[in-house]
Amino acid sequence: MSEMFDKLILYFQYPFVRYAFIVGVLIALSSSLLGVTLVLKRFSFIGDGLSHVAFGAIAIASVLKLSNNMLLVFPITIVSAILLLRTGQNAKIKGDAAVAMISVGALAIGYLLMNVFSTSSNLSGDVCTTLFGSTSILTLSKTDVILCAILSAIVLFAFIFFYNRIFAVTFDENFAKAVGTKADLYNLMIAVIIAVIIVLAMNLVGSLLISALVIFPALSAMRVFKSFRSVTICSAVSSVICAALGILISILMGTPVGSTIVAIDIIVFFIFFMIDLIRSR
Amino acid sequence: MALISCRDLKLGYENSIIVDGLNFSVNSNDYLCIVGENGSGKSTLMKTILHLMPALGGSIEYGDGLKATEIGYLPQQTQVQRDFPASVYEIVLSGRQSYLKNRFFYSKEDKKNALFNMERMGIAALKDRCYRELSGGQQQRVLLARALCATVKMLVLDEPTAGLDPLVTVELYELIKRLNKESKIAIIMVSHDIGASVKYASHILHISDKCVFATRDEYVKSYKANVSNEEEASDKGEEL
Ligand SMILES: Nc1ncnc2c1ncn2[C@@H]1O[C@H](COP(=O)(O)OP(=O)(O)O)[C@@H](O)[C@H]1O
Ligand SMILES: [Mg+2]
Repeated sequence: MSEMFDKLILYFQYPFVRYAFIVGVLIALSSSLLGVTLVLKRFSFIGDGLSHVAFGAIAIASVLKLSNNMLLVFPITIVSAILLLRTGQNAKIKGDAAVAMISVGALAIGYLLMNVFSTSSNLSGDVCTTLFGSTSILTLSKTDVILCAILSAIVLFAFIFFYNRIFAVTFDENFAKAVGTKADLYNLMIAVIIAVIIVLAMNLVGSLLISALVIFPALSAMRVFKSFRSVTICSAVSSVICAALGILISILMGTPVGSTIVAIDIIVFFIFFMIDLIRSR
Repeated sequence: MALISCRDLKLGYENSIIVDGLNFSVNSNDYLCIVGENGSGKSTLMKTILHLMPALGGSIEYGDGLKATEIGYLPQQTQVQRDFPASVYEIVLSGRQSYLKNRFFYSKEDKKNALFNMERMGIAALKDRCYRELSGGQQQRVLLARALCATVKMLVLDEPTAGLDPLVTVELYELIKRLNKESKIAIIMVSHDIGASVKYASHILHISDKCVFATRDEYVKSYKANVSNEEEASDKGEEL
């Protein structure tokens, strides 16, 4: 046990380990906030679709050899989020089908592009990293770290300041519109925030596991807590704890960060599930 | 000046017209019941009045200082609301969202108003309870309290008693009647229950191919006349 502590203390003497830890926790915090809204608005499929779009965008960026691929990935993902939201609201086009098409399409094209144009000697390694997250977030560059911190802060403040509107629009969009709240504007804002979160979280857990990071904490919290505020706080806290634990374990055991965090999220979900079961008996 | 007056109103979705040539008005203190078959366009009319969708023709005028966004609305329940984790207080307070204007957070006054309306609906004791664990009647009271937070002049209720048992239904009707009589709030209520409509309403709007707008008494008279005509006709039919 003390051996482990010594190892951790040793690691945390390096600034990039500390930064990675902070960034991981910030990403976990911001991604858990909108989980409730996503689950309840039946938007969870949009999160999934967007993460695939982000994967495709990263493939394009790496083919174009952009110095900072975020410059391409952000705009593409945000525009897709807005488009998906629009089609989701349109009764005529089946929202689910459209999302499935876009997400699978982006995945295929992305892999194809990487395969055809990549000069990397370790192609399957690159793809795996994009899909499941880097084996260690210690490879984050300093710009990545700063960008992550700024964007998480923006997401956090947007959520706090628009909390009451987000609640109103999520709970009952028609009522919100009827009393003059600009529901479409806030839906747009939610979509943009989701896109930002997804691109952010890609660094941490990779595109395939993002939905888990966004949705598991909310689902866990909804098992036990009954008000919107307590569910939101609980999912934020549990997401942060799971991420912190996951990062520590992955440093100590050398496991991949993303799947370690998600595995802990699943364990927490199971615990909350049991609590609910026992209590309701 | 009426709170709402509709002239030659045409309702529908995109190119399909559902109701045409609708004329009626609602004054303060009125209690208007809207009746008609399922799918005749009652909810569509509510949504048009609330500016949730555009009218296809004609005009809706708001008077007496009423704005479309100052109408309290109780929608037909949707599935999303049923499993939403929200406390009674959170939901009622969200009725004050139009008072937020450019602020981010609810003021003391907003919170006081939410508590006041919960008292008014007899749900103050349920303040911290989870909405989805309440009975159907309690849930409707919560949504009614939220609607009251949004208005002082007019409530629009879309089938508020759907799915409630008879006793709870009567309670809710009495509650709404009190709001109309004592708090002077104009009521527009969609109902599939003609008996209750005739009992409580001051005016009735019957939506069908030919829309009828009448005071309650006129409506009852013409309804009785219709029924007795039909009875006479069927009597004759039997004689022949
Ligand atoms: N979003 C929609 N798009 C197109 N048609 C609709 C829509 N919603 C309802 N309708 C149609 O409008 C008609 C009136 O519906 P509605 O106003 O809900 O009736 P009700 O009187 O039962 O409340 C129905 O025939 C229905 O099929
Ligand atoms: Mg209806």
